[in-house]
Amino acid sequence: MDDNKKTGGWFTEAVLNTFFKEWVWNTFCVKWFWKSFCVNLVYKKFDKWKAWIYLVPAIVLLLVFTVWPIINTVRIAFLDGYSILGEVGGETYSFGISNFLDVLDEYSGFGEALKNTLWLTFITVPLSTILALIIAVCLNSIKPLQKFLQTIFFLPYVTNSIAIGMVFEAMFNIVGLGTSDPSFGIINNILGVFGLDPINWININSSYWANMAVMIIYIVWNALPFKILILLGGLQSVNKQYYDAAKIDSTPRIRVFTRITVPLLSPMIAYVVITGFIGGFKEYSSIVGIFGDDMQAVGTEHTLNTMVGYIYDALGNNEGRASAAALILFAIIFVVTMINLRVSKKKTHY
Amino acid sequence: MKVELRNLTKIFPSRNKKSSEEVVAVNDFTFTVPDGKLIGLLGPSGCGKSTTLYMISGLQKPTSGQIFFGDDDVTELSPENRGIGLVFQNYALYPHMTVKQNILFPLQNLKGADRMSKEAMIERAYYVASLVQIDELMERKPSELSGGQQQRVAIARALVKMPKVLLLDEPLSNLDARLRLQTREEIRRIQKETGITTIFVTHDQEEAMSISDMIVVMKLGVVQQIGHPQEVYNNPTNLFVAKFLGTPPINVLSGEVRGEKLYISDDAVLDVPGVDDRSVFVGIRPEGFIVDENGALKCELSNIEVMGRDVSIVSKHPASLNPIIRSIINADQSVSGTSTVRYSLKSNKVFLFDTDTEERIYFGDQAKNEEN
Repeated sequence: MDDNKKTGGWFTEAVLNTFFKEWVWNTFCVKWFWKSFCVNLVYKKFDKWKAWIYLVPAIVLLLVFTVWPIINTVRIAFLDGYSILGEVGGETYSFGISNFLDVLDEYSGFGEALKNTLWLTFITVPLSTILALIIAVCLNSIKPLQKFLQTIFFLPYVTNSIAIGMVFEAMFNIVGLGTSDPSFGIINNILGVFGLDPINWININSSYWANMAVMIIYIVWNALPFKILILLGGLQSVNKQYYDAAKIDSTPRIRVFTRITVPLLSPMIAYVVITGFIGGFKEYSSIVGIFGDDMQAVGTEHTLNTMVGYIYDALGNNEGRASAAALILFAIIFVVTMINLRVSKKKTHY
Repeated sequence: MKVELRNLTKIFPSRNKKSSEEVVAVNDFTFTVPDGKLIGLLGPSGCGKSTTLYMISGLQKPTSGQIFFGDDDVTELSPENRGIGLVFQNYALYPHMTVKQNILFPLQNLKGADRMSKEAMIERAYYVASLVQIDELMERKPSELSGGQQQRVAIARALVKMPKVLLLDEPLSNLDARLRLQTREEIRRIQKETGITTIFVTHDQEEAMSISDMIVVMKLGVVQQIGHPQEVYNNPTNLFVAKFLGTPPINVLSGEVRGEKLYISDDAVLDVPGVDDRSVFVGIRPEGFIVDENGALKCELSNIEVMGRDVSIVSKHPASLNPIIRSIINADQSVSGTSTVRYSLKSNKVFLFDTDTEERIYFGDQAKNEEN
């Protein structure tokens, strides 16, 4: 222990000497300060100091870019009629809840955004989790091509979501709709192979649920890699002997899955569900990727805007309303996550 | 149910495709386990004993050879169709299920005519639990149990389907020393009560000797000796078996046979009728020494350890292959406080081995013992 401290002390002293001494000297121009600082650091309050010094960069960044914005958001949300320009110009605002009332106003579009977000989240999270679980179990049970397929399934994770959105747009497109010679995107061509009529997925006058279906497919596909990665990692750490034991007891495959695999994976499943819900409520870029920043298909009445989209729009002209909406979003995510944690605590085996 | 292994061989292919080094884990193992007996597969790690067990269970397929349960050839049967119970080394209890659910699990998998009613299942589970004395713990999770209790749950889970053969992989290696003594008696008792043919694997010779009806000593995939524990101890067929069995271990010295007398460092210590002149390894069990002032074997005394009933004398001899010679004598035999100790030897506790093959060389009436 003592040896350890000595070497640590020597090392720190050397580092401090080379890197900081000159800087401290130039900055404070006080020799005795440097000496006492160094002595304190190395021999007396070494451990305390060291920890703080290592933490400083992270703390500064967190304070500036995370903690202060959070506090400021709460402050702005409760200031009636707030505007940044006005505040810079010296205006003062009274405390109130008019921003929240603005958000809940039926013409602000918040209800639409909330509805879209809830639909997308509550459909895509269970769907992607179940799919990821099935794919992970399948991947885990094959030997050849496992690494190759794993890489393919992981590709969406490293691909830009706007780029994916544009590819999806092309895939679901119908060019020349309403003319005598429409050319179909690949999805409608595939439907044609099975003798089905082409569906107007995203083009002019497309229906709300056709748009949503594209969104859901996109989001599920985009969410799969991370979930597969986590679940596959979990599966590979499960002791093989459980499966040997189940085999000797002639357990049917489906029962092995439901009674052994799923319970043993429950911590990972809980993790991907909780992070999935949080991510789902923050869905935004995927809609922009497919439908552009109008957040709706051309010529349709319905908007596909989400909560984050709503906040982003509001930010342009009314920071108070944006802040209030952000707080409401936070409250929703908080409540849903609490419920998730409650449920998973009961159902999860660690 | 008797279990018969015929020329059982398991060869693992080399992991590296370029080298052709195959690993022969089990080599030509032929043995019949009599019905209702407790058999210990014994050997150092890597000797193929676990592989043998897994081949009997069906989790591994033999490269060649056959396995019979009774008169049925089960070599090609999958594990679930063999009617076996297997207790894993680390128990493999399902951590998310209670003890009761763990024990019930195999029963709930039964289908067709074997399917039991819910009440019958629970009754059976409680019967098995009481057999291994864990009926108080049925509602607990495995993580809330001690190692010994987990072991019993694992045995209960293996027994609940009333298997024809019970297999245990290193059943005691995860337990502490005291629990080990207790649990091995438990295993013996449970086996006797159920009468199920039981095969267990261990590297601990004491464990195998104390509870088995028969032991199979293995080394590098090859069976060295099969027999009743005491018989194997009294009559090892080669130096490996002699060294592997017995605590404290056997003392090995180099010696020479001249004119039907055994010489150790020019001292004629024993008559060995019927052995040609040759150099030999001499194995002497610790209890094979008699302290005798006129004894021929002269050792340098280094330490005396009194262990209550017995006295263990640690001494040195230049011809010894081990650093020390340890003998165990009765406490009432006194050893004078001199620097040398003289022994005479009990001829039935002295074994001669060929220096090349390490096979046993029988002398005098020893060969007769083997026939018995």
